[in-house]
Amino acid sequence: MITHSRTAKVVIISLGVLLLILVGLSVFIGRYPQPGFMNPTLLKTDTLAYRLVINLRLPRIFTAVLLGMALSAAGTVLQVIFANPLVEPGFLGVSQGAAFGAAFSIIYISSALWSVQLAAFICAFLGMGFSYFVARRVRFGGWVLRLIMAGIAVSALFSSGVGILKLVADPLSQLPDITFWMLGGLWSITWQKLLSILPAVLIGLSVLVLMRWRLNLLSLNDQSSFSLGLSPSRERLLILIAAVMVTAAVISVAGIVSWIGLIMPQIARRLFGANTRYVLPGAILVGGIFALICDDLARTLFPGELPLGILTSFVGALVFLFLLARSHQGTRV
Amino acid sequence: MAALLELQDIKFSYSGSRQSVLDGLTLTIQEGQPLAILGPNGSGKTTLLHLILGWLKPNHGSLQLNGKRFADYSRRELGQLLALVPQNEPVSFEFSALDYVLFGRAPYLAPLEQPSKADQSIAFAALERVGLSALANRSIMAMSGGEKQMLLIARALAQQSQTILLDEPTSHLDLGNKARLTNLLRELAAEGHNLIFTTHEPDFALALSERTLMMQRGQILFDGPTSTVINSAVLTDLYGSPVEVVAHEGRFLIRWDHQLPC
Repeated sequence: MITHSRTAKVVIISLGVLLLILVGLSVFIGRYPQPGFMNPTLLKTDTLAYRLVINLRLPRIFTAVLLGMALSAAGTVLQVIFANPLVEPGFLGVSQGAAFGAAFSIIYISSALWSVQLAAFICAFLGMGFSYFVARRVRFGGWVLRLIMAGIAVSALFSSGVGILKLVADPLSQLPDITFWMLGGLWSITWQKLLSILPAVLIGLSVLVLMRWRLNLLSLNDQSSFSLGLSPSRERLLILIAAVMVTAAVISVAGIVSWIGLIMPQIARRLFGANTRYVLPGAILVGGIFALICDDLARTLFPGELPLGILTSFVGALVFLFLLARSHQGTRV
Repeated sequence: MAALLELQDIKFSYSGSRQSVLDGLTLTIQEGQPLAILGPNGSGKTTLLHLILGWLKPNHGSLQLNGKRFADYSRRELGQLLALVPQNEPVSFEFSALDYVLFGRAPYLAPLEQPSKADQSIAFAALERVGLSALANRSIMAMSGGEKQMLLIARALAQQSQTILLDEPTSHLDLGNKARLTNLLRELAAEGHNLIFTTHEPDFALALSERTLMMQRGQILFDGPTSTVINSAVLTDLYGSPVEVVAHEGRFLIRWDHQLPC
């Protein structure tokens, strides 16, 4: 565990450099012209290779990095403000809300990508708003407990809604779309899609990064953070909105990609301790690296694309088990 | 002595509950006079402390700090004037002791500001003051109840507020830690900090406070100099169980229950 701020800064810069190197390498990884690494000189001689890199691989690589960063950041801050290390970004009805929105659009509006994206984004926010509204109406328990309970109930409602939609969906044309969307993936990413989510993700991430030290205080109970000069409810709401905004934005183009938001904060905490001043930037970089590597594998390993969500769940669960096994040796998750 | 806090006809009940916790409480707290708030469970001690902190808002009545209404202070200003040492603060993450004490600097930082080297120095000095500087990098999860209590005091010191509110500060402490805490708080009071604390222990109130409020069912039962308010008759009446206060070599001892002939 790193406790000295100078060491923490060096590790953060190293992670940043590693991410840049991986981005550079990923440009040449794929299944063209053969599975594996592409010779960089091909960019000058082969126009198909050039177009493929510029129009498909680059936006996809940047989106993968943004996806990892956003989910990891949202996971970290939600775990902190709910003082619970097992919270993940989609828990306030956000993921299930987005899934419902996407499925609804595929069946009743249009399976055009912009329509699915917009419906998913709106319903993700509806999920959070509904959870928040319910939590305010509940008359017992602390604020965190009320929000978590409301989130579980709202998620269940949306999830049953998705179940019904799957039942009425055309099994040949609509159901595969819904299933694929719920498994998560970046095969359909274009520059246009990337640009459509970029402002929301950048604004949200900036708010979170700027508030990274203050976040620590929001993990304390309300009286304590109030006594330290904060307005806990207001500041939690601001952070919640920023976290849901980045999550909803990336889910809307990538579908549900699980485990990144749960596991990456744990790894960052292993590296940097508990102080969110360093954990948050660390988690953002580690998340970006993890999502990029997983997506590189997803589009390279098999001739048919592997859904990214399956890969992140598989690798994430393995990492989680490894962390749990190691915690017997005197360290904690 | 100037008035630090003025409470006028304060009535308070928790939302959703009809039972009033404080019922028309009027009180003036002077500067530089350590105040103990004593009373049985459910008498409204902690509620009163949270009202003084500004965390709870009274349903009726007015509350002034240094002659100014609470509503006229910003959140940060209040954080610079009043520090809280809570009874029990659950922490979910393994902060280092220094990081934890550094939280006390929050009222001096803008929402997007990071603590500076000067803030770090103030936090470290506070840790030194409570005798825990050697554990600056240790996880607070690995600390004992006594050390955690001292850390909370260090955080209040890093907050550099003149008034420190303590909610049952001795409730989880063994005898040694209780003695260390009492001495530290005495020093702080002598240096001019205003201490306002709730406690279940009359001997702790006798050791530290000049003035004691005895509370029962949301009202002040007795209010006066600690040495006169804390006496056998009052304590027996307050707790509904025989208690005797005995003077011994210039100090007071509390004898209770089975030690007494009933």
